[in-house]
Amino acid sequence: MKGATIVLSARRQDVLASLFRSSPFLIGLIIVAFWVICALFGSHIVPYDPYAEDILNALTPPSIEHWFGSDQLGRDIFSRVIVGSRDILTVAPLATILAICVGTVLGLLTGYFRGIVDDLISRLIEAKMAIPSIIIALLAITALGTSKMTVVIIIGLSFGTVVARTVRSAVLSERDLEYVAAAKLRRESAVHIMFIEILPNILSPILVESTVRLGYAIFAVATLSFIGFGLQPPSPDWGLAISTNYAMVSGGYWWTVLFDALAIASLVIGVNLIADGLHGALDD
Amino acid sequence: MLHYIARRFALSLVTLFVLSLLIFFLGQVLPGNVGRFLLGPDADQQAVEMLNHQLGLDRPLLVQYGTWIWRFVQGDMGESYVYRTPVVAFVSQALLHSLKLAAVAFLIVVPLGIMGGIIAALKVNRPLDRIISLGGLTATVLPEFVTAILLILIFGIWLRWLPISAAWPDGAGALGQLHYLILPAMPLVLVLFGYIARMARAGMIEALDSDYTRTAVLKGLPWRLVIWRHVLRNGLLPTIAVVATQTGYLVGGLLIVETLFRYQGIGSLIFNAARGRDFPMLEASVMVIGVTYAVATLLADLLYSFLNPRIRMVSSR
Amino acid sequence: MGRSMTEPALCLNHLSVAYRSGGRDRAVLRDISLKIAPGEAYGLVGESGCGKSTVALTVVRYLPRNGKVTGGSVALDGADVMRLGPEALRDLRAKKVSMVYQDPGRALNPSLKVGRQLVEVFEAVGVPPAEREPRALETLKKVRITDPGSVMQRYPHQLSGGMQQRVLIAMALASDPAMLILDEPTTGLDATVQADVLDLITDLRRELGASILFISHNLAVVAQMCDRVGVLYAGMLVEEGRTREILASPRHPYTVALLRCLPRGAQQKDVGRLDTIPGFLPTPGALMSGCPFAERCALADDRCRTEVPELRESGDRLVRCHYPERAADVPRSTPADVAVPKPAGVGAPVLRASNLSKTYGQGGGAIRVVADVSLSLLPGETLGLVGESGSGKTTLARMLLGLVPPDPGGLIELDGKALAASLDRRRDEEVKAMQIIFQNPDSALNRSHTVGHIIGRALRRLGGLRGADLDSRLDTLVAAVRLAPRYLALRPRQLSGGLKQRVAIARSFAGDPRVVVCDEPTSALDVSVQAAILNLLAELQAARAVSYIFISHDLGVVRYLSDRIAVLYLGRIIEIGPSERLFEGPNHPYTEALLSAVPNIEGAQNARIRLSGEIPSAANPPRGCVFQNRCPRKLGAICETSDPPLAEAEPGHLISCHIYEQQFLGAAEIQGQRRRTHDRKAEGV
Repeated sequence: MKGATIVLSARRQDVLASLFRSSPFLIGLIIVAFWVICALFGSHIVPYDPYAEDILNALTPPSIEHWFGSDQLGRDIFSRVIVGSRDILTVAPLATILAICVGTVLGLLTGYFRGIVDDLISRLIEAKMAIPSIIIALLAITALGTSKMTVVIIIGLSFGTVVARTVRSAVLSERDLEYVAAAKLRRESAVHIMFIEILPNILSPILVESTVRLGYAIFAVATLSFIGFGLQPPSPDWGLAISTNYAMVSGGYWWTVLFDALAIASLVIGVNLIADGLHGALDD
Repeated sequence: MLHYIARRFALSLVTLFVLSLLIFFLGQVLPGNVGRFLLGPDADQQAVEMLNHQLGLDRPLLVQYGTWIWRFVQGDMGESYVYRTPVVAFVSQALLHSLKLAAVAFLIVVPLGIMGGIIAALKVNRPLDRIISLGGLTATVLPEFVTAILLILIFGIWLRWLPISAAWPDGAGALGQLHYLILPAMPLVLVLFGYIARMARAGMIEALDSDYTRTAVLKGLPWRLVIWRHVLRNGLLPTIAVVATQTGYLVGGLLIVETLFRYQGIGSLIFNAARGRDFPMLEASVMVIGVTYAVATLLADLLYSFLNPRIRMVSSR
Repeated sequence: MGRSMTEPALCLNHLSVAYRSGGRDRAVLRDISLKIAPGEAYGLVGESGCGKSTVALTVVRYLPRNGKVTGGSVALDGADVMRLGPEALRDLRAKKVSMVYQDPGRALNPSLKVGRQLVEVFEAVGVPPAEREPRALETLKKVRITDPGSVMQRYPHQLSGGMQQRVLIAMALASDPAMLILDEPTTGLDATVQADVLDLITDLRRELGASILFISHNLAVVAQMCDRVGVLYAGMLVEEGRTREILASPRHPYTVALLRCLPRGAQQKDVGRLDTIPGFLPTPGALMSGCPFAERCALADDRCRTEVPELRESGDRLVRCHYPERAADVPRSTPADVAVPKPAGVGAPVLRASNLSKTYGQGGGAIRVVADVSLSLLPGETLGLVGESGSGKTTLARMLLGLVPPDPGGLIELDGKALAASLDRRRDEEVKAMQIIFQNPDSALNRSHTVGHIIGRALRRLGGLRGADLDSRLDTLVAAVRLAPRYLALRPRQLSGGLKQRVAIARSFAGDPRVVVCDEPTSALDVSVQAAILNLLAELQAARAVSYIFISHDLGVVRYLSDRIAVLYLGRIIEIGPSERLFEGPNHPYTEALLSAVPNIEGAQNARIRLSGEIPSAANPPRGCVFQNRCPRKLGAICETSDPPLAEAEPGHLISCHIYEQQFLGAAEIQGQRRRTHDRKAEGV
């Protein structure tokens, strides 16, 4: 992200030094890097074809052959967990990027211009806050049908409003600073003031917000898949796997859900450790 | 103060109005011919039109919205497409159930989260603070269905301490119901714990580092009194203000938890209504959530302004 | 009080303190020794970052989490503060030592009533519950709070800054402490409020006999308040002695230079330059091998750079310098006698404003921040705007610039042509002609942009320059504000406050403006930096014939730079006239009070004119003359019923007061009556 490099170049040493002194941040980085590698190259390194069914070996508990056991179609769960990072690591980052773009523009406009547009959009965002994102997604996906693109757009727009709130409040604390008045006294255009003068100064909160949002996007995509409104079979997606298998938990087939649950947990925690580390380092 | 309450109340109404528009028109975007959907593909076209007419779906949108909202305000939420009985009964029953579950979660998490935040702040940067902060962060960011699955595996399947379904047998007393509600409440507790502890910790640290705390310490007051009178009150104010706004989140969590534990609450009602395209049910339940949210945030704001003299005295913020 | 007269109330013995940051300890106090006798008032002065406040916090053992004492000891009333157990420390804080802080608004708990917070002091000391409230009331009376009963029932935010500080002083004195620490107690308060608080402290000192450690950056305030003074530089005590002697004949080169930086008495820009101190204040925690002042000292030799001088006795005082006897002869770093032609100050006004008003809010809650102000500005002239907070001086400046639209009816003319009210509708040349230098360069410069970009962009937009023209103009401009070219690649946060302000000045001069508004351009800066900025502004004005509107609360600074001065009160100009006339009198009664409130560096106490009450809210100004409810020279009913017009008391000197309106006799007669105001010297630091 270009913004990140601008922020870092200004105080690169300070920020990087304090980031790499923080062990939670490093752990998060390692976890996320692991899953990114799995998403990129997973299909080449896994022992079994994650889609290959083997009914004779269905629901076998973890063993030497099937480290994480197999599901009711006899597919190797280890292979499916490794490859399962791919879809969520495509959909969630795309949704986050969309949210950041929409939210930044919306936040800059409402924060800088204030007035009636700001009031209106703020009311709308407030109203949206009253219903959980998951329900909005549910309604929208019912209307538009399930596809990766729909999920990206729904989550992107829904999170965009949250990002807009963050950006707006950052803009509000900048717009009355004298450098903005100085720019007006140079007859700079509103676009210049918003994007060249103000934006670089609020990149830190935007950067932190984008990592936090990525965490929640993963959260949301996994949850949507779990309730059947996200990624669709036969994707080896973790949330989807838990959704199909959790009815069997009471039958004692715990391995069909445990590893997927741990995979989601590790990825979400990893992203949030990074977000937390960034927040600590960028927050003077 | 009165002026402030009135203003705040008016704002809630505006928000609710916008919300109702949002819900109603989002419902209209949902594709398909309702009559056709309800009667199935083989039904006679005339019957479909007849049904649509009966349901009022052939009238202009604004009229439909007006009728809907007018009836809603009077407590008439319409009739379920699926069950063909008034929605009100379903929604109120489900709301009651959900409130029970939410209450259990809140009663556990609010004291726990605030205590956690206070302890972390008093031991800032020490091991105990690290544990609470990182533990809280972890708990907050995990999706409810993930923690629920893990909890079910541990307490329901392996240890067999708690039932894995929330549906208690008929005639269960309060304690018996509680036994069934603890496991479903836990994922909600975990998510909220990190959030509340974090807020409380940040507020407490700010109060501890403030000039007025310095004044109090240098007066020679005992540490216990400094914390009790000066730090806690100012430090926890922001936390109190946001706890109630979490009802918005809570419903999202309820949707997952109720589905997983087969609990008849507002969350599972919404989920099923969405699947079955039961719009009156869907609209009514989402609207009820909005109202609950608005009331909760209103109460929180009032509590906040009551505790904060600077708002109490000045009428606007 | 049973204390032995030989034992000092406070004794710092080779005290060193360090803050841990970025993984290492940074020394903020180095080997500080000082003693304060019972009943004595000791002043600790120094510029920002010298460690003044750290001294105070160490004495009460309230260092921040990352601070620690690395050597030496603190004895308070005989007790070794660093070795006390928790209970003994609490007892010491409750009974022996009290502190008053810089920012009274934040030092009081916002959610507890004032009375409750005051009563707590007696609780800590161990006074029985029934006696606490009466004693609290009594203490409030002692700090001259009228109606203490109602103040007890109020929350801190309902009190003015001056009242809050009185409450804190009451709290500090309630336990009758042996030691009172005042850490910049009047910084941030208005001049008249500051004077009230200082008077109060002086009076209480006579009554109570507590020792005082008075910490301030303001030499004049310390001169007025303290028996002895210590000068801190980079965490070291560099000079200590009797206040009067140090100020009259300093022996450390730093003290010498610091005193020369102050604009004094009748010194004005066209007569001579202020002296400056070259270089920068060392950053806190900087490692140093020799004398901390060596690299800025004109006398320094190799010994100074390699050997840290001891604090030695030199005549009647202690000096930390290898060559104290030579300090008086430190050469000036800026020649005093730069001849600057006094600007012509003739011709048609470059800027004229008539009947400017600004009202915020509507309906019943209207607040009139600026009311019916008219003024004009000649080419090359400086008009000083003086007023306390809420006087509307900044709003007035922003209206002139077009940043805030005035109420309908007001007129602003540039070179005789009317300007549009809002900036968007002004023409390019009109916008270019009026620029501003803001108070705080930190927020006035975009922290994401480099210095080169900031100045270059201004040259491009305001100067219309491109390419090679722009580069060469950039070099000239940067040289004109005495910035080294290497700073062009840096960002504002890498520069010191003085350098940042130079960047802001360069930016405002990019388009060759006719008028520059200077909105408190030096009030965020240290004294040694302020002098250089004031010199620069004077030079630029002489070279470019630009007119200034110079806003400041510091009368000494205003006097140095201004040709004419306007005094604002509640959004109205109540007096305007030539600079020297304004300081000579006759004056508006408010101006008299303002002038008498400024502490005097020579330590001689002015005949203070005390104002009753507080500045009224602009939402609810008094009827008739806006000053009538506080005026010590109020005539009677006429003041309550009619608003006096600005009338000419002398040629070019206008006063809005019924006294002068009625008397409008010869100026000489008025002067005769007001003779006592003549020897007033207004100086601030």
